[in-house]
Amino acid sequence: MTKIEAVIQNSKLEAVKTALQEIGVEGMTVIEVRGHGRQKGHTEVYRGREYSVDLIPKTKIEMVLPDALVEKAEQAILNAARTGKIGDGKIFRSRIDEAIRIRNDERGEGAL
Amino acid sequence: MLNAAAAAQGENHSVSIGRKLITVLVTLVLVLIVAQSVSAQTSSSSIADTNARLAKLEQQAIDAKSSADNAWMLTSAALVLMMTGPGLALFYGGLVRKKNVLGTMMQSLALMAVVTVLWALFSYSLAFGAGNSFIGGLQNIFLRGVGAAPDVDYAATIPAQTFMVYQLMFAVITPALIAGAFAERMKFSAMLVFTILWSIIVYDPMAHMVWGKGGLLNASLGGRFPTLDFAGGTVVHVTSGVSALVCALYLGKRLGYPKESMPPHSVVLSCIGACLLWVGWFGFNAGSALGSGSLATSAFVATHFAAASATIGWAGAEWIRNGKPSVLGGISGAVAGLVAITPAAGFVKPMPALLIGLIAGVFCYLMVARVKAKLGYDDSLDAFGVHGAGGTLGAILTGVFAVSAVNPIFKDSQGNTLPSGLFEGNAHQLLNQCVGVLIAWGIAVVGTLVILKLVDVTIGLRVSEEEEVQGLDLSQHGEEGYYWEASA
Repeated sequence: MTKIEAVIQNSKLEAVKTALQEIGVEGMTVIEVRGHGRQKGHTEVYRGREYSVDLIPKTKIEMVLPDALVEKAEQAILNAARTGKIGDGKIFRSRIDEAIRIRNDERGEGAL
Repeated sequence: MLNAAAAAQGENHSVSIGRKLITVLVTLVLVLIVAQSVSAQTSSSSIADTNARLAKLEQQAIDAKSSADNAWMLTSAALVLMMTGPGLALFYGGLVRKKNVLGTMMQSLALMAVVTVLWALFSYSLAFGAGNSFIGGLQNIFLRGVGAAPDVDYAATIPAQTFMVYQLMFAVITPALIAGAFAERMKFSAMLVFTILWSIIVYDPMAHMVWGKGGLLNASLGGRFPTLDFAGGTVVHVTSGVSALVCALYLGKRLGYPKESMPPHSVVLSCIGACLLWVGWFGFNAGSALGSGSLATSAFVATHFAAASATIGWAGAEWIRNGKPSVLGGISGAVAGLVAITPAAGFVKPMPALLIGLIAGVFCYLMVARVKAKLGYDDSLDAFGVHGAGGTLGAILTGVFAVSAVNPIFKDSQGNTLPSGLFEGNAHQLLNQCVGVLIAWGIAVVGTLVILKLVDVTIGLRVSEEEEVQGLDLSQHGEEGYYWEASA
C-alpha cells in the first residue's frame, strides 16, 4: 500500500478530485493547509500597515492506494493540478505498513 | 352676469346644456337666499362656532406636526442605537484578532446597557437639565418632568421623552467609540468603570456646554462662545477620539506591537458594520434637526454626500500610494467622512458637503497610515485617527462652510438673520469653532487622564500578559467567537 499526499492550489481541488475519481480512486481526505515552498508569500496592506503573508493557503489531499493504482493516480494529479507556474504544489509518496477498517477489523488492501 | 352670458352662449351651441345651466343658476340663487336668511338669524352663535372650529383645526395641525416629527425622531433614535449595536460592534469586532472578537463586541453591548441606566438615573439631567454654563442641574434626575409634554427649549414639537431617548443613543455610542483605542488589552471590569466615569465626567458636561440650556458653547440658547455643532462633532467625536489617544498612550502598546502582524481577522464583519454605521448616521445627523422638515432633508443629503466622497478620498489615496484600493480603506473613509460632516450636516449645502468628505477621507488616511506610524502609539482601531482627527477637522470646516440659507441659527435683536460661517462673511465663527474644539480637547485630555489614573491605581487597567496572549474572549468572558465543535 502507498500513501500519496498532494499539496495543490485551492482552485485545483475540484479538477484533481474528478480526475482521481475517474481512474477509480475510492477514498481521500482533504485538508485546508497553509505553507510555503519556494514560492514567496505576498504583502497585504491594512490602513497603511504592511503585513507579509508567507504561509499561503493550499489544499492537501491524502489517500492510501493499492500499489497498482499509484502511478495512474500521480499522473492524474499532475495533469489536473498543473498550471506551469510557481506554487503548483508537490506530491509525496510513502509506504504504508497496514490499513485497518474500524467497522469490521478488515486488514490490508481490502480495507482501503 | 358672466354666468348668464355663458349660459346664453351655450344655448347657441346646445339647447340642452343651456337649460341645465339655467337650472343650476336658479338653484344656486335659491340656496344663497336661504343661507343668508339663516345666517342673519344666527350670526352671533356662528362666529363662536367658527372660532371653536378654527381652534380645533389649529390643535389638529399642531398634533399632526407633532406626530410627524415624533415618528421621525423615534425612527432616528432607533437608527442611532443601531450604530452601536450591531454597527460599531461589527466594525470594531472585525478589526481585532479572532481571539478578541467577543471581548470587543461586548464593549459596545455593555455600554448600550450601562449608559442607558446612567441616563435614566441622572445623566440626562446632568447633560440637559437647566444648570450653569458647564453642567446641568439635578432637577431631572430619575427623569422627573420628562414626559409627554415637549421641552420647548430643545424641541417644541416632540415629547420631552422622545428627545431624552434620542439623546441617550448619542451618550451610548460616544464612549463605545473610545473602545477602539484600548481594544485587545483592557480588563472588562476596568473598561466598565472607566466608561461609566467618562460618561459622567467628560460626556455629560460637554453635551451640556454645546447643547444644554445655558451651556457655554450653545449656539441657539445663548452661549458665550456659540459653537456650531449640529450633531456632535465636538461632543461625540472630538471627545471620544482625543480620549482614545490618551488611552492608547496611557495603556501602552499591545504585546508584540508593532513587530507582530495583527491584521483584522474579518474585514467582512467590519464592512457590514461600517455600512450599518453609514445608514444609522442618517438618524444621527438628519435626526439632529429634531423634526421631520426640510432641515432634516438637508442634513440627510449632506451626510450621505460626505460619506460618499470620503470613501473615494481614502480608497483613492490608497490606490495612489499602494497601487490598490482596499475595502478596509473604503469603509474607513466612509466613517471618516461621516464623522467630519457630523457638526456641519445641518449648516452646509450639498457641494461643500462633498468637499468636506473628500478632505476628511484623505486627511484621516494620512493620519492613520502616516502620522500614527511615525509617532508610534498603538491606537489599535484608529479611534483617534478617524474620530479625533476627523471630528476636529469637521468642526473647523463647519465654521468655514456654514450658511444661513440652510439654517438661520444666528439672529440679531430684531430677528434678522445673521451670516453663519467664514465664507458667508462671519470670520469670527471660525474662532468660536476653535474655542469649542479646544474645550473638547481639554476636557477629554484632562478627564480621561484623571479617570485612567484612578482606575489604574484601584483595580488596574490592563489584563495580565497571560490573559492578553489567551485573548479577551476566553480570559474575560469565558467564551469563544468561533467555537470549534469537534463532535458536531
